[in-house]
Amino acid sequence: MKIIVCIKQVPDTTNVKIDPETNTLIREGVASVINPFDMYAIEEGLRIKERMAGSEVTVVSMGPPQADIALREAVSMGVDKAVLVSDRKIAGSDTWATSYILSKAIQKISDFNLILCGKQASDGDTAQVGPGISSWLDIPQVTYVKKIEKIEVDKAIVERMTEEGFDIVEIPLPCLFTVVKEINEPRLPSLKGKMKAKKIEIPIWGVDDLELDEGKIGLNGSPTRVVKIFTPSAREKGMILDGKAAESVNKIAALLEDVIIG
Amino acid sequence: MIKIVLDKCTGCTLCVKSCPFAAIEIVNKKAVIDLTKCNLCGACVDVCSFEAIVIEREEEKKDVSGYKNVWVFAEQKKGLIQPVVYELLGKGKELAQQLNSQLWAVLLGADIKEKASELIERGADKVIVAEGALLANYLDEPYTQVLVDLIKKYKPEIILSGATTIGRALVSRVAVNIGAGLTADCTGLEIDPESKLLLQTRPAFGGNIMATIITPNHRPQMATVRHKVMKESQIDTSREGEVEVLNYNGKLSSRTRVLDMIDEVGKTVNLTEADIIVSGGYGLGKPENFKLIEELAEILGGAVGASRSAVDNDWIPYSHQVGQTGRTVCPKLYVACGISGQIQHLVGMQSSDVIVAINKDSEAPIFKVATYGIVGDLFEIVPLFMKRFKEILKK
Repeated sequence: MKIIVCIKQVPDTTNVKIDPETNTLIREGVASVINPFDMYAIEEGLRIKERMAGSEVTVVSMGPPQADIALREAVSMGVDKAVLVSDRKIAGSDTWATSYILSKAIQKISDFNLILCGKQASDGDTAQVGPGISSWLDIPQVTYVKKIEKIEVDKAIVERMTEEGFDIVEIPLPCLFTVVKEINEPRLPSLKGKMKAKKIEIPIWGVDDLELDEGKIGLNGSPTRVVKIFTPSAREKGMILDGKAAESVNKIAALLEDVIIG
Repeated sequence: MIKIVLDKCTGCTLCVKSCPFAAIEIVNKKAVIDLTKCNLCGACVDVCSFEAIVIEREEEKKDVSGYKNVWVFAEQKKGLIQPVVYELLGKGKELAQQLNSQLWAVLLGADIKEKASELIERGADKVIVAEGALLANYLDEPYTQVLVDLIKKYKPEIILSGATTIGRALVSRVAVNIGAGLTADCTGLEIDPESKLLLQTRPAFGGNIMATIITPNHRPQMATVRHKVMKESQIDTSREGEVEVLNYNGKLSSRTRVLDMIDEVGKTVNLTEADIIVSGGYGLGKPENFKLIEELAEILGGAVGASRSAVDNDWIPYSHQVGQTGRTVCPKLYVACGISGQIQHLVGMQSSDVIVAINKDSEAPIFKVATYGIVGDLFEIVPLFMKRFKEILKK
C-alpha cells in the first residue's frame, strides 16, 4: 500500500497566552507544531503500513521553508519519505489554490493508493483542503473518518463520524480520508526515526517542478481574499460569585430563567 | 506582494503587534517583513496609521453580472430538514433583500418533494427539488454532481450551507469543480453596500482573530455557516412559492456506498444543534460522576459536552468533546462544570451566548469567559442548580 499523508505546520495555539490588556494572542515564543489532526493521519498511515507488507508512507507539506521541521518530525515517527512544496509564488493561497497545488504534488509522486489528511488545520479550521484535493484528483473520499474497519489495496470500509453517531461507508481505492482524533493515539518519535530524520534528504518542489498554472495559485490565483483582520471584542466581564453556594445558585438561576424556559 | 513604504513608516510597532504570524520586526526604526513567515493576510495593512504597508496584486476584473439569487443548501437527514437550514434561510432572506433578488432552497433526496413547502414557509421564494435513488442519503459524488449541474444551469450569486459534516465535505468539492470561492464556518454575513459583494466573517486561530473574506471575481460566492449563530426564520404558513422537481434517476453515479447509519444520540440532543449544553471536565474526578452532568442536561433538555481531559481519560466518548480537537459549539447556554478552561477548550465554546462556570479554583481561566461563575464545589452546586431549575421549569 502506497500512502500519502498531507500535513501542515501550524502555530501551537494550545499553549499560547492571551494578553489580558489587548485581548490578543501573545505570539512571542509560540512554537510551530504539526497540526494536531494531521498527527492522527500520520499515525494511521504508519499503522496501515505495519499491517500490510511492502507499504510505504510519504508525507507532503506545503508551506514556508521552515515547514521542513514538521516533515522531519513525521519522519522521526516512522514515515519513509517527505516532500516539501515551497515557493514564494504560492504564498497567500486560499484553500482552493492550496488543494490544487497539493493535488499537483500528489500527481508528481504519482504512485499512491491512499491519501490521508487531518480533518482540518487548527489555525484555519476550514476542513476544505482534504475534500478539495480529492476533487482535483477526481478520487472518492470519506471525511471525518473515526475508524478504518477494513482496508485492502482496492477497497476499504470505514466509519465516518456524524453529528448523530456514525456512518459505515464502503469505498474503492485509490481514495482520500480525512481523520478525526478518535481514530488512534499518535506514537512518539523513535530513536531510529530521529536518526533518519536528521539525515533524510527532503526535496523542495516549486512552481516549475509541479508545472503549476500561475493563474490558480498564490494571492492572485485564489478566489477568496482576506479584506480585514480584527480581534473579536472581548466578552464582557462576568459576575463571579464566591459566597454561600445556595445564595449564589439562587441568584444565577433567577438570571437564567429566560434562557432555560426558551 | 507586500511592501513597506519606507518614507511613511515611523517604526511605531503597531504592525508588529497585529501580525498573527510574528513575521514583522523593527530594524533601524523601520518595519521589516520576513517573507518566509508572511501569509499576506493584510492584518498589518489595516492597523497601519500611515499607509506605510501595501499589498499589491494584479487586479483583474471579471464579469460576474450574469449570476443572480441567493441559494441555501437544504440539508436533510432521513427525510428531515436539518435545523441549521432554517438559520440559513433567515440570513439568506436578508441578503436576498439587500440584493433585490430571490431566495432559493435546493433540496436533494429520494422522495422528498413534500418537504418543499416547509422551506417556502420559512422564507424560500423557490425550491428546487432534485430527486433520485442515489440522493436518499448523503453521498459526496451524486450530491456534488447535482449541485454542479444546477449551478451551471441557474447561476446563483451566493450559496450558503451549514458548516456540518455533510456541508463542509460537499461544498468543498463543488467549489473545486466549478472554480468558485468558498469560505468556511462563517459567523457573520453581510452585503457590502457599495460593491454588493458578500462580506464573509469567520473566526481563525481558534477564534482569537476574526477575518473578513470576499470573493471578488468568482461566482457563486459560497460559504458554510456555523450552527446557532444566525437567527432561524419564522414560519409563515401563508407564504407561497414555486417548486421545481427534477428527476435525476439514471443520471448519477457513486463510487462510495453507505452500508449503515448508526444513531448514537438517540433521544438525547445532538451537540452542535443543542440550545443548552452542560459540560464536565477533569474536576468531576471519575467517570461515574458524569451522571451528574447528564442529569442536569436532562432537566434542561440539553446535550452533554466534555473537556479534552475527560475524554482522554476515557470518562466519556470522543463525540462529546468540545474544543479544538473536538466540536465547536455555540449554544444559548453553556454550563461548564469542573472545567478549568484551557485555551483548547475555550476556542470550542467561547462564542456561546451565556456561559456559566462552576469551578473550585477562582483563578481558573474559564471564569474569564464566564457570564456567570460560581467558585466552589461542583458536587454541592450542581444539585442545587438542579433543584432550582426544576422549580423554575415547573412554573
